[in-house]
Amino acid sequence: MGQRTPLYDSHLAAGAKIVDFGGWDMPLHYGSQLDEHHQVRRDAGMFDVSHMVVSDFKGAKVRDFLRLLVANNVDKLKTPGRALYTCMLNSKGGVIDDLIIYYLNEQWFRIVSNAATHDKDLAWMTAAAKEFGEVTVSERPELAMIAVQGPNAKEKTYAALGENLREAAGTLKPFHSVTIGELMIATTGYTGEDGFEIILPAKAATFTWQMLAEAGVAPCGLGARDTLRLEAGMALYGSDMDETTTPLEAGLAWTVALDPKDRHFIGRDVLEKQLAAGVPRQLVGLLLEDKGVLRSHMKVYCAQGEGETTSGSFAPTLGKSVALARVPAGVAVGDRVDVDIRGKRLAARVVKYPFVRHGKSCID
Amino acid sequence: MSKTPNDLRYTKSHEWVKKETDGTVTVGITDHAQGLLGDMVFVELPKVGAKVAAGKECGVVESVKAASDVYAPIAGEVTAVNTTVSDAPESVNQDAYAAWMFRIKPANAADVDALLDAKAYEALVASEAH
Repeated sequence: MGQRTPLYDSHLAAGAKIVDFGGWDMPLHYGSQLDEHHQVRRDAGMFDVSHMVVSDFKGAKVRDFLRLLVANNVDKLKTPGRALYTCMLNSKGGVIDDLIIYYLNEQWFRIVSNAATHDKDLAWMTAAAKEFGEVTVSERPELAMIAVQGPNAKEKTYAALGENLREAAGTLKPFHSVTIGELMIATTGYTGEDGFEIILPAKAATFTWQMLAEAGVAPCGLGARDTLRLEAGMALYGSDMDETTTPLEAGLAWTVALDPKDRHFIGRDVLEKQLAAGVPRQLVGLLLEDKGVLRSHMKVYCAQGEGETTSGSFAPTLGKSVALARVPAGVAVGDRVDVDIRGKRLAARVVKYPFVRHGKSCID
Repeated sequence: MSKTPNDLRYTKSHEWVKKETDGTVTVGITDHAQGLLGDMVFVELPKVGAKVAAGKECGVVESVKAASDVYAPIAGEVTAVNTTVSDAPESVNQDAYAAWMFRIKPANAADVDALLDAKAYEALVASEAH
């Protein structure tokens, strides 16, 4: 038996197929992964993401500490509530994990990180904080997290949790948050759709889930979460990047802040050297032109050499199969490549990703 | 609970097999198999006229989750394929026993009788669940 979120019984009651995910017993789907995917693209769905790790970083020097800890620059966080996506690197420039940092106030930042990397993340962050001094790191296991996503997600959330939410959260731009009592509502997500991620006391999770369900928000499992994030071109830690890849090799250069030049962060020197020498590998999008389904760890044959798919699936919104793949530098959008699918070489085209945004295909 | 009709035969690799009156056998994947795989998105069928050996892969079903080979339950020649399922893979989820995939003219008609009956297949499924 794995760890269970406060919503475990709600999942069972809704007929979830439960699977192990990073040591947690989580819902894979509640009947049909495809239906859940379409529900999020077309209406509203909700995901129990309480397995994700919420940690609070506090102290007078917490901002200075985070400047050092992560590759993106927390100085972009100027107003309370702002959120920032970033990688946390080791000294070799490899990605230890990807995180969202929320700026709550000058003495308090909140980090949401992955469940599967919990132990190494916490060990790394607390060791770094201890060395830095004057920063405390505390996990918040008494908090749950529900992601409500889809074109109607916000409206249905107001209907479920009260109209006063509209006033508090209705005007938030993407990657912002607001705290109302014990609730934190953020306009972040992992689907490429509008919506909220709600951090709330675990004891309120079941009731909140139920209210959202009654407002017509469909429970969705990790299966749909994965196809939605892949269509949205969002990287998955452990698949698209890990400690053996730098963010520059994982399509995450946009999350690395090299300016100002005097901000030292862990891994910076390696990234600078890699940029100077030329980044040898890159992450690209693939669209399968032959019939079949791309999966992770399939060999990709390009004119410049071999690569490998890092995530792949049938993309329900497109009715075709797409993948993210790590390939040699020089491979460009529009190129034709071959992918080894179960012993057969099938044709794919290099395309820009995201593949889907706000319910619509981004592929020409 | 998955369905296991009594009038069919089954394989350990989760195909169902139906004896037709013309001496051919019809093959599909079981309700249990489609339930395990989940939403089907791609079905690859063998070619009509292909000679198949018992236990050899002669098709593929892919769900959102995973790919799985479909095996020939007995030796013989493929006489027909059901392109309705390759055009609409979700039909396998809707009714696994209506969504037949291919027909084989058996090399040896008695081979079918050596396959699992419904009771033996249910026992196999139960044992795999643990």
